[in-house]
Amino acid sequence: MTLDTVKNAETTPDQEQPYKELGLKDDEYTRIREILGRRPTDAELAMYSVMWSEHCSYKSSKVHLKYFSDTTTDEMRAKMLAGIGENAGVVDIGDGWAITFKAESHNHPSYVEPYQGAATGVGGIVRDILAMGARPLAVMDPLRFGPADAPDTRRVLPGIVAGVGGYGNCLGLPNIGGEVVFDATYAGNPLVNALCVGAMRVEDLHLAHASGTGNKIILYGARTGLDGIGGVSVLASETFDDTAGKRKKLPSVQVGDPFTEKVLIECSLELFRERLVVGIQDLGGAGLSCATSELASAGDGGMRVHLDRVPLRATGMTPAEVLSSESQERMCAVVRPEDVDAFMAVCAKWDVIATEIGEVTEGDRLVITWHDEVVVDVPPRTVAHEGPVYHRPIERPADQDRLRADTPDALPRPAREDLLELVKTMAASPNLASRRWVTQQYDRYVRGGTVLAQPADAGMIRIDESTNRGVALSTDCNGRYTRLDPYAGAQLALAEAYRNVATSGATPVAVTNCLNFGSPEDPGVMWQFEQAVKGLADGCVELGIPVTGGNVSFYNQTGATAILPTPVVGVLGVIDDVRRRIPTGIGAEAGETLVLLGETRPEFGGSEWAHVVHGHLGGLPPEVDLAREKLLGEVLVAGSRDGMLSAAHDLAEGGLAQALVETCLIGETGARVFLEGDLFTELFSESAGRVLVALPRTEELRFTDMCTARGLPWRKVGVVDPESDSLEVQDLGRLDLAELRAAWEGTLPALFD
Amino acid sequence: MRVGVITFPGTLDDVDAARAVRHADGEAVALWHADHDLKNVDAVIVPGGFSYGDYLRAGAIARFAPVMREVVEAAGKGMPVLGICNGFQVLCEAHLLPGALTRNDRLHFVCRDQWLRVENNETAWTSRYDRNAEILVPLKSGEGGYQADESTLAELEGEGRVVFRYVGGNPNGSRNEIAGITSANGRIVGLMPHPEHAIDALTGPTDDGLGIFLSLLDAVVSA
Repeated sequence: MTLDTVKNAETTPDQEQPYKELGLKDDEYTRIREILGRRPTDAELAMYSVMWSEHCSYKSSKVHLKYFSDTTTDEMRAKMLAGIGENAGVVDIGDGWAITFKAESHNHPSYVEPYQGAATGVGGIVRDILAMGARPLAVMDPLRFGPADAPDTRRVLPGIVAGVGGYGNCLGLPNIGGEVVFDATYAGNPLVNALCVGAMRVEDLHLAHASGTGNKIILYGARTGLDGIGGVSVLASETFDDTAGKRKKLPSVQVGDPFTEKVLIECSLELFRERLVVGIQDLGGAGLSCATSELASAGDGGMRVHLDRVPLRATGMTPAEVLSSESQERMCAVVRPEDVDAFMAVCAKWDVIATEIGEVTEGDRLVITWHDEVVVDVPPRTVAHEGPVYHRPIERPADQDRLRADTPDALPRPAREDLLELVKTMAASPNLASRRWVTQQYDRYVRGGTVLAQPADAGMIRIDESTNRGVALSTDCNGRYTRLDPYAGAQLALAEAYRNVATSGATPVAVTNCLNFGSPEDPGVMWQFEQAVKGLADGCVELGIPVTGGNVSFYNQTGATAILPTPVVGVLGVIDDVRRRIPTGIGAEAGETLVLLGETRPEFGGSEWAHVVHGHLGGLPPEVDLAREKLLGEVLVAGSRDGMLSAAHDLAEGGLAQALVETCLIGETGARVFLEGDLFTELFSESAGRVLVALPRTEELRFTDMCTARGLPWRKVGVVDPESDSLEVQDLGRLDLAELRAAWEGTLPALFD
Repeated sequence: MRVGVITFPGTLDDVDAARAVRHADGEAVALWHADHDLKNVDAVIVPGGFSYGDYLRAGAIARFAPVMREVVEAAGKGMPVLGICNGFQVLCEAHLLPGALTRNDRLHFVCRDQWLRVENNETAWTSRYDRNAEILVPLKSGEGGYQADESTLAELEGEGRVVFRYVGGNPNGSRNEIAGITSANGRIVGLMPHPEHAIDALTGPTDDGLGIFLSLLDAVVSA
């Protein structure tokens, strides 16, 4: 095998290169040649191809994502310490604490290899949080699968759940929430999104940049191997001839080692504490290609890397493979020369391999050598930040009007005497049934700070044990709503995550997202994407909270069928005192009154009822009123602060019926409900902006007076009955709680045990 | 009361064990796996987690850590030792307690609030409980099935050395529903569930676990 050096590339300008196999278009390859003034070397081609991929360069989404920063006002930005473009967004939550949080997708690897795909998804997002200088504190996992009873879901779901649990549990991070959603469009393309939240003192914020000529670049953590190399292997097969057949190829999905990551976290935190790190970057997608080019690009000088010093776990790896390997559990730090010994000592204490692989140099080139021969010599910005940008064609899908005209109004409604049975049927349906089969595989207790976790509306953790300050998080998205109207659907996702956080008693302060869509080469998908981004950004302006970061995943489709557009929205909230959290279940206090906040309209477009009973998707999603959501949030936070609420539960899919079922079963307490008007609409409508609250009798008047004074519609809908073992709906009858529980909790075990 | 809390690479619940000690007005002392030093502590807790990743067999490598040699020696002289979850596995591997912990019978990792019956309130770690009291604490493990041969089980049962037993269903296939056991002298206790996660109803299901750490206080003070 001959090494393809820069010198070699200069003398062999006409050598054919497999750029198409690496995913580069003709014009992209031409541009690389223009930038370099010659053909790229194999190693350079590997770097550009992976860094200019959709996943790393955001080339189709960039022009749209700009809308987030364009619409963020100074007022919204006031609490933001770092935003889009960093490894993760950072928000000041007061008392000197900064919170960093971000979500990322690992959809395609998880379909190929469910356990490892999901596990390394968790590992990757945790390192993003660590790279900001924060201690990772909790994870959440929004997951989406094909039909619950489809044979392939039985293959994919248990593996993904075990992977999320296996990695997160071993890492010692509580899993405090997430989503499990079933829909036929995810059948060949499950969604595995992972969110991590971490905390640090404001002054400990670390950013990824390599500055200070002479500073050392240290790679630490796991060895680099052939796992996760993916497409770059075509380069190897080009250059290897007789040895190629003998080479052991590893699968292109990475393999995770949570133990190594746990040690890497503790080691990194000690390095930060000892002030031994100038800049830091995790190694995720695109491995060293990404870490070196991003560090150099964000810094004020150049960088020289001796690639042959990278510790390997495979023999005969080429420079291109070393640069592209996505081996997990690795970090790259920029360290002052005088701190290198101390840095190495901390790594030795934790048995973490650390290797000085390069230094920050004068000038503006990233130069990578392999046994003293130059194999990469590029301007790092052209790799990391100045990749191609596409204005993809956008067109509203032709079937959009037909879909919206096909309203659920004509669907047969259940007879009055069947309503109660429908409550039970709905509670047992796959999207509404208890998630316990999934969540009981996740450790929610580790670290001792979990105040709320599934099945609560939001996860909540204590950040400061001395002051009880904490944060709450929720992720949401209803892809059916987004399919009917991507602009409104994204706002509904935002509204629900916002409402969930407020329902726990926390004040929403910031937003992250994970935008999962079909192929950007489909103009209809790009229309959905553009609309969703606008809806989300405009919604954030209205609510006055910024988007601090996000992730885009395109090409989620099977053949020509795209997934439901799924912009998962995560909202972060702050609570001064976690002891004021509002639980989800009723029965905490004797004699509670049930009050429904908000207004109920006959809204069934995209509803769970239409889906479960009629397999129908059409019409318009529920109306969004973000001003109302904001008011509702303020009322809930005031209710929490003044101890007026004993329980609260957000109304979402399945409407009031499902909220009642859950609040009774979670609280292990019965209730008597009296409704007025059309009982079907009352029970199953999915109107937004509604929360069911339980008020201790002593607080009832004070709370409802506050609602009236502030103009928030409210209505008494029932009473909690600690003596009762049923959910009774006046004029309809009663549902035995034990029977209801068997229906609600039995579905997932029956499918997946 | 100085209580050592060991950290192996991969230990996770050391912060929780230390917090529980502080809640019981003890002083938590961090012990490092690689040190031959117990720092003059009065008792030792081997906390939960995945020591060394537990890729071989839970606790199998941790028992060879330098600090464990000191623990075994001190335990021989009567120092109270508590092993929680992975710590219980380590104590079994180190032969401070009999038996072994195996993969849950239903194979999945299980995290849930679990009722336990306190069957022996005469150990160094359980004196604050009433005999046969039922407590609710988290259980979270993938390899929590307690196994021992018939003669060992008969010995444990006969000598009243089963300290905690699962109530309301066996979550992991443990023999005789055993959740925790003690040494012949009642100074060493190992259990799979996590009392350190139940010291405050804010962050745990109950504060039922605090009794373990308060019991130790009595044992150390009276000694």
